[in-house]
Order: sequence, then C-alpha cells, then structure tokens
Amino acid sequence: MAERHAAIPKRRMPVVSCAVLGLVLLCAVAGPWFAPHEASEIALAESMTPPFWRTGGSLDHPLGTDMLGRDILSRIIAGARVSVTVAIYAIALSGGIGAALGISAGYFGGIVDAVISRLIDIQMSIPAIPLAMLFAAVLPPGEGMVITIIVLTYWTWYARIVRGEVLSLRERDFITVARVSGVSSPMILIRHLTPNVLNTLLVLATLQFGSVIVFEAGLSFLGLGIQPPQVSWGGMLADGRNFIEVAWWLITMPGIAIMASCLASNLLGDWLRDTFDPKRRIT
Amino acid sequence: MRAYLIRRLWQGAVAVLGALLIVFVAQRLAGDPVALLLPMDASEEDFAAMREALGLDRPLPVQFVVFLRDAFSGDFGESYQWQAPAMPLLLERLPATLELALAGLVFALLLAVPLGVLSAVYRGRWVDRLAKVLALLGQAMPGFWVGLLLILYLAVRLQWLPAFGREGPLHLVLPAIALGWYPVAAMTRTLRSSMLDILDSDYIRTGRVMGLPERTVIWRYALRNAAVPLATMIGVYFANMLGGAFVIEVVFAWPGVGRTVVDAVFARDFPVVQAGVVLSAVIFVVVNLLVDLSYGLIDPRIRHG
Repeated sequence: MAERHAAIPKRRMPVVSCAVLGLVLLCAVAGPWFAPHEASEIALAESMTPPFWRTGGSLDHPLGTDMLGRDILSRIIAGARVSVTVAIYAIALSGGIGAALGISAGYFGGIVDAVISRLIDIQMSIPAIPLAMLFAAVLPPGEGMVITIIVLTYWTWYARIVRGEVLSLRERDFITVARVSGVSSPMILIRHLTPNVLNTLLVLATLQFGSVIVFEAGLSFLGLGIQPPQVSWGGMLADGRNFIEVAWWLITMPGIAIMASCLASNLLGDWLRDTFDPKRRIT
Repeated sequence: MRAYLIRRLWQGAVAVLGALLIVFVAQRLAGDPVALLLPMDASEEDFAAMREALGLDRPLPVQFVVFLRDAFSGDFGESYQWQAPAMPLLLERLPATLELALAGLVFALLLAVPLGVLSAVYRGRWVDRLAKVLALLGQAMPGFWVGLLLILYLAVRLQWLPAFGREGPLHLVLPAIALGWYPVAAMTRTLRSSMLDILDSDYIRTGRVMGLPERTVIWRYALRNAAVPLATMIGVYFANMLGGAFVIEVVFAWPGVGRTVVDAVFARDFPVVQAGVVLSAVIFVVVNLLVDLSYGLIDPRIRHG
C-alpha cells in the first residue's frame, strides 16, 4: 500500500480545465460584448443554418442557427450567464448553510448534532429529482426556484463532510488549548475551526459547480427551470429535441457546453483535493 | 443484530415522516387549492363551503394529522387531470419505471465489471486509461443528453433501435443506456480499487504460486471478494436510478412514474406530484434498508452485533 502511494507523481495543474472555466466565466460576465448576435434575435430566413463547416453553413453563424434563425453560438454564450449566476448563488448558499450547520453539529455535539444529523438523514433519504419536482410544482419557475431547489439538495453534502472534519479537529490540541484558555465558542468556531475546513469547502464548491450546471440544465430541459425568453443550455436542448431529425447541431452544441464546463470543474476539483490532501489520492 | 434492525427501521420511519412533512409544507406553500378547484366566478360562500368540505378550515397540526392518516392508507387525493386516485395511478406505472431502472443497472454492471477488473489488472495501460476517460465523460455528460445523442445516432441516423415508447425489449435498450451511463464511472472506480487491494493479498499470491491459471485467479478468486464493496453500493445506485428515471422517461416517452409526475407538475396536479414524491422516498428508504441488512449476507465479516 505504502509503496503505491509513494509512487504517485505530483499531478500537474489542469491548465485546460482552468482555461475552459475561465472562458465560461468570461462569457457570463462579458458575453453580450463579444457575442456575434443578439441571443434572441430572430431571423426566419436563416433558420436551421448548419454549422460553418457543413454545406450551407456560414461563418456568420459559426455553430448554426435554430428553428427561428437564432444564432446558436450567441445563445450558448448567453446561456453561460444563466448557468454561472445560478451556480454561484447556489454554491454560496448551500455551502454557507451546509458549512454552518456542519461546523455547529461537529463542535457542539449532543442535541445540536442529533437534530442536524437527523435533518441530513431525512434530506438524504428523499431522492433529489422527485424533491425538485415537488418544489417546481409549488414555487414560481425561474432562477430563484432553481437556486432554492439546488440549495435544498446540496446543503447536506457540505454539512455531512464538514461535520466529520470538525469532529476530528475538535479533539486536536489547539482547540483544547483555546477552550481551556477561555476563548468563547463563537470565537473558536470562527477563528479556529472555519479556516481549517476552508480547503474542504473550496474542493466541494469546485466539484459542485459542475453538478449544479448539470442539475440546472436537467430542470430547464424538463421545462421546470429557467423559462424563456431567458436562455439556458437545458432549454436549448429541449427546443432542439423537436428537430432532432433535421438539425443535429441543436442538441449537440449546448450539450458540449454543459459537458465541457462540468468536466473542467470536476478535473479542477480533483486536482485541488489531491493538492490539499495528498493522502486521499485515488490510486 | 436485533438492536441494529430496530435502529435502522426507526431511522427509516423518521425519514419517511420527514418526507411527508416536507410534502405537507410544500402543499401549503402552493397557495389555496380551493381556488384551483372552483370556477372563477365562485362566491365567498362557495369557497367557505369547499374549505370546510376539504378540512382546510381546521388548525394546521390537525390538518397534518389528517394528512398523515390519509397518507398511511395510500390516499393522496384524486388527480385533477385523470379524475382517479393519485397513488394507484402511479403504482400502475411503477413496473415500467422499475423495469427501466433495473435495465439501467444491468447495463451499468455489464460495462463497469469488465472495465473495473481489467483496469486493475492492467493498471496504467491503455484499458486503465480508457476506463479513466470513460469515467470522466460519464460524470460530465448528463443522462438526458446522452439519451438525445443515442436517439440522434442510433435511432434516427442508423435506425438500429426504437427511440420512443415501451413496446418490447428493444425499446428498453436506449433508455437503459442513458440511465445506466452515469453510475458506470463510480462503479468502475470502486471495483478497480478493491481489485487492486485484493490482487496484492496473500491468497491470490498463493493461488498463482500453486499454478492456477491467471484467468481463474482473477475472475473467480479475486473478483469474488473484490465485488463486495460494489455489491453493497448496488442498492444505492438502484435507488438513485429510480430518481434519474424521471428525466430519462421524459426523453424517451417512457410511460413510467417519472413522466407522469413531470406531466403532473405542468398541470399543477398536486395530488399526483405529492404521491410521486412520497412513493420515491418510501422506495428509496426501503431499498437502502434492504441494502444495509444484506451486508451481512454478502460479506459474513460484516455482521452487526
């Protein structure tokens, strides 16, 4: 066992993943300035133009157009904004709530831990997608609903893992010393425990970015997430589905955007985990 | 064992109760169901009468108790769309969903077992790399997109397999691949790492020294023990696939529970949505419970005292 771990070479930073994520963020922030067309600009005369490398395609619409002649590339760029906005809010909220509950459960133990752990159990015993259906049925659709659903699904991730880490940190000398020298509980939580779980939080957040994008795309694909005229990758796939026999690019291009973002965030997350915690490397 | 069983049953019951509470709260968040049931021009008295008839004028805790009582007898009300009791409606479609999830699981295992074993045996070689790439892609490609690509290439272009509906075993192939696609990555990794540990162990070395053929050593002796961690995960994957089936059923027009619930969400048909959520939670809890209890059967070393 030991030999195997020692033999692992240091992993290189995933440059391509960083570049892909950088590009997605750039599209989200500055997309409207460099997108070739307006995302919702309808040009029926140019509807169903294939990508530029196919006959009939043109560089004016590099990735082709949809049934209404809207430019696919521009719509993917616009979709990045929605995906990133949802992901950032969802990660910040689920990470914040999950970490706060996880730290409290781990540090205070007893009844606090029992209540929070039971909540985690209940939440984890309800499969995510049916739960999302329930909230989709009662909340008004849109970004707010998608974020709410994701936060409700993912806070347990953070809470469970952070709780475990705090349980072991709590027994360490520096916490005991802080406690016997009279540092107050809130101070211990904020000054001594939180900084020690930040690495874990960063890894989880990076990994969650990809899965939030997939989750949001799934909801929007079902028509329960982001609503038109707002552009989302999942919604584009749903639109393209009806023209699957005539226009392959409609369901291919947005899917590639989803896959690339998710793949990049998974690879970056794996690398961060290995870098912060070489012991946990998968051989 | 008995104490463990009681504890797990208790936890399962708490989880189901929690799910019911969430469903109840969500129902109240949805606003006044009476407004949906009555015509637009209904009078105040009509509203009051309807509320009383539905028990909505009573205090919330009482309503919750009534809701629980109905839920335990499987009564989630009538579907607005279908004019039929919601739970039986879903139970009727449950076999289609179970069939799909089972097929997805079989597909995942058919891919993950050989890949996991071979990538451990040929560690660092091309099979291992291929498995790694597949695992990365598997986790990054959402199932519904895989489904669309399968329809595009295998059903529309090549016309090898049917894409929509549930009319025979062939109709099961594409949805099963789309659904089973995701867990392949984690299954392969699990099996690979347990295989690596086992291949290092003494009894495997003994087997080799005794001159057993490598094939027998790997596929009979090593795999049998290495499969334990994977086997314990199967139930969890199966339960997750039942959730994943919601989206895949929509893609392939599969007449199961998931598609019915998604339709119900659009139609604001709350009884069906609620029954769907509770049904999934109950199945999820029961499957996980069975998995936990079967650990001891699969691996006698794990017996709960």
